[in-house]
Amino acid sequence: MNIKVNGNDQKIDREYTVRELLDVLNVKMKEYVTVQLNDEILSRDDFDKIIVKDGDTVEFLYYMGGGSR
Amino acid sequence: MNFSNEQLERYSRHIILKEVGAKGQGKILNSKVLIVGTGGLGAPAAMYLAAAGVGTIGLVDYDKVDLSNLQRQIIHRTKDIGKDKVISGKETINEMNPDVNVITYHEWISSKNIIDIINDEDYDFIIDGTDNFPAKFLINDACVLIKKPFSHAGIIRFEGQTMTYVPGKGPCYRCVFQDPPPKDAVPTCRQAGVLGVMGGIIGTIQATEALKYILGVGELLTGYLLTFDALKMEFRKIKISRRKSCQVCGVHPSIKELIDYIGPQCDLKEDYK
Ligand SMILES: [Zn+2]
Repeated sequence: MNIKVNGNDQKIDREYTVRELLDVLNVKMKEYVTVQLNDEILSRDDFDKIIVKDGDTVEFLYYMGGGSR
Repeated sequence: MNFSNEQLERYSRHIILKEVGAKGQGKILNSKVLIVGTGGLGAPAAMYLAAAGVGTIGLVDYDKVDLSNLQRQIIHRTKDIGKDKVISGKETINEMNPDVNVITYHEWISSKNIIDIINDEDYDFIIDGTDNFPAKFLINDACVLIKKPFSHAGIIRFEGQTMTYVPGKGPCYRCVFQDPPPKDAVPTCRQAGVLGVMGGIIGTIQATEALKYILGVGELLTGYLLTFDALKMEFRKIKISRRKSCQVCGVHPSIKELIDYIGPQCDLKEDYK
């Protein structure tokens, strides 16, 4: 099945929970990444419940703190 | 608004723009922008806003200019090392444009002072140029609670991000990032490095958003997170939505008072200045 990850097409072999997908795709900083699934920002508590399905759009959004010093 | 001949000439490239005109330049000259942090992001933002003629610019920083700042914090010069950053910033702005009234706040922001600082001049727009998450969440929550628009940004290594919050118009920073990460979980520029120009690119976008907000033209980065990857030279404008469960702007907000995320046990001098 095909999903879109941060704007790029990505093939995955089956449906996964969001938590599993973080591992399968080897997402960096997975303890702290924000996940937006089809325009909805997910609560971290829901990562085990929500399934990513064929055609879904996933955005991994990262903390970026620098600026001053 | 009556312009002097000098002003007509200084701002002529603005005034000729149909989206600005004399009326728009008058709005800029009457506007007030608060810049929190006069570092990598705040320095270029402050300089472009000063050049544009923003009438009142507030600078907030407790830090002093350090030699290692000069690779990117272009508002400060070698001769300024050891000087308070707000003073160094004010001097640079005064040399650039005498139309700008610079107000300095020589302090670190906290739950105790942030709202007073914003209300001090009733600033129209706030630019977050800070380098740490407690400050970023504090600015977000304060702006949501007292209904002020602001620009968030962050830079690290070869990457940057920015978004614009406008009260009632779209998601806030906390809608996207929920809570600050644990201390040291996410690297700072000091730990990870940053290409000096990143602040210029992203800080100048923040200044652009401030000017567009003041002028009321175009579309802001409200409801979008703009990310920039300098190595790929790739911008992405990611549509983001409000989160109903947001602790500060959601349906049942739990945050009604500001939070200082640093306890006294933390090393204030090091990472959470
Ligand atoms: Zn929110």
